Amino acid sequence: MAKIHKIMCCCGSGLGSSLMVQMNIEKALKNLGIGGVEVDHTSLSEISVRSADLFVVGKDIAPRIKDYPRVVVLNKIMSMKELTEKLEQAFAIEGDEIHIAR
Amino acid sequence: MLDFILNILATPAMLVGLLAMVGLILQKKPVEDVIKGTIKTIVGFLVLSAGAGVIQTESLNAFGELFNWTFNMTGTVPNNEAIVAMALTKFGLDTSYIMVIGLILNIVLARFSKMHYIFLTGHHSLYMACMLAVLLGPLGGLSGFTLWLAGGCLLAFISAFSPWFLHSSMEKIVETDELGFGHFGGFGYWVAAQCGKLFKGGKSTEDLDFPQRLTFLRDTTVSIGITMVVFFLVVTAVAVGKGILKQDPSQFANLAELMGAGDTKTHWAVWAIKRGLNFAGAVYIILSGVRLIVGELVPAFKGIAEKLVPGAVPAIDCPVVFPYAPNAVLIGFLVSFLGGVVGLIVLIALNNAGLGLALILPGVVPHFFCGASAGVFGNAEGGIKGCVLGAFVHGLIITFLPALCMPVFDALDKGSTFSDADFSWMALLFGNLAKVVKGVPLLIICVVVFLLPMVLSGFKNGQENK
Repeated sequence: MAKIHKIMCCCGSGLGSSLMVQMNIEKALKNLGIGGVEVDHTSLSEISVRSADLFVVGKDIAPRIKDYPRVVVLNKIMSMKELTEKLEQAFAIEGDEIHIAR
Repeated sequence: MLDFILNILATPAMLVGLLAMVGLILQKKPVEDVIKGTIKTIVGFLVLSAGAGVIQTESLNAFGELFNWTFNMTGTVPNNEAIVAMALTKFGLDTSYIMVIGLILNIVLARFSKMHYIFLTGHHSLYMACMLAVLLGPLGGLSGFTLWLAGGCLLAFISAFSPWFLHSSMEKIVETDELGFGHFGGFGYWVAAQCGKLFKGGKSTEDLDFPQRLTFLRDTTVSIGITMVVFFLVVTAVAVGKGILKQDPSQFANLAELMGAGDTKTHWAVWAIKRGLNFAGAVYIILSGVRLIVGELVPAFKGIAEKLVPGAVPAIDCPVVFPYAPNAVLIGFLVSFLGGVVGLIVLIALNNAGLGLALILPGVVPHFFCGASAGVFGNAEGGIKGCVLGAFVHGLIITFLPALCMPVFDALDKGSTFSDADFSWMALLFGNLAKVVKGVPLLIICVVVFLLPMVLSGFKNGQENK
């Protein structure tokens, strides 16, 4: 896998904060001029490593998906600035391993 | 044709689908997105109803009957998803209309009062709308448009009020005033924050080295599964000890499998484990349904609100504060759960003293999400001590308040109830009010409650007050 076609956000019950992050990602991608990426959200119960090319979660969820190959971890979960910077980094990486936490 | 339209407007699943469609069109989404979103919303509603059936026939009915026979008391599992899914089979239409009117009026409140919060936790809006339908309808004698308007007014009020009374503590946590806390456990977090203020400036929980392994309980399927299996095993074991298996099976409507009425014998422990996990399975189904509905409605609501209320502050679901204090999250959960256990023991004692209160069993889900939030709020104001005291008091609150609320939910099944603190105080206040004041006067009170914040703020634009 190389290009990111699908991004998955995740929170405990997959109802509230993951949907917020999804909306922020959609906005950030638009601002960055990145198209053709599907963004979705789900719960910790349903998440699986095959369900997307990149996973975006808050710092508190990160330990649960630490084995996933491509993860972006947010410290301030609603910060557009942090999200945009980290997404820009993630899309610039060519390899199969993406781990952006700091 | 008119029949067709009226029928759509009277079928809850179709109605929410129609609303999602309008929302998507207003956002100028492409046709394929409109089709996708509309269908997913309708399917979500149908999935949710299916989950309600499973939770009743496969788990809660049996649990209630068994608990009652064994202890001669009512045992209640507080779980928003369970109670709402069951209630929606009767109150689906009223809930949908109350939710829509409530969302629209939330925008009005955010625009013209100092409480400039847009409540984006859609599943809680849905649950609160459902609870208001139950309270104002059967208890308050309202129906049709008057019910929807009264419910919408109260939903809008609590949607802006709850983030507003939490905002000063919220600002300490997230270090910005551009984020609100949108979760209807608000009263519990407010109390936790006040507890924290007793220990101002204490050492923070985040200075501790606290093991993070318990975070696996945030997976709701796992945590609900564990709790319900434990509840079922304990109750079934006591029932078997009391000799339930020697009773006449025909006196139990929901326990045929346990009593061995069929051809195959099921061991009681296997039965208990299966029934416990059935509950987790049903909640999984319900959550999938709610996710489909909310996932389409909330973005539309957010888009419209942002256009109409410049400077509106989004109020976000509780995990928004979790990354700021992961230790407080776990300590808050554990201590709140302990509070729930202590509260249950007190309830049993009160019950034995003849008070006839329902027993509220400590559910891991409310204690995790709400207890964790209470821990974060307590920690923000008063460090470790604030976190512990705040979460403990919170655990007591979400045990006693739901027990006191049970009488206003006569129209609902008794097996489950609303768990979070704002549901409870709203139910206590407006449920008991609706028992005394009915019809048009009740509607007027609801409208006044909605108008009051704007009158007190002098109808100023929320932005100017910032």
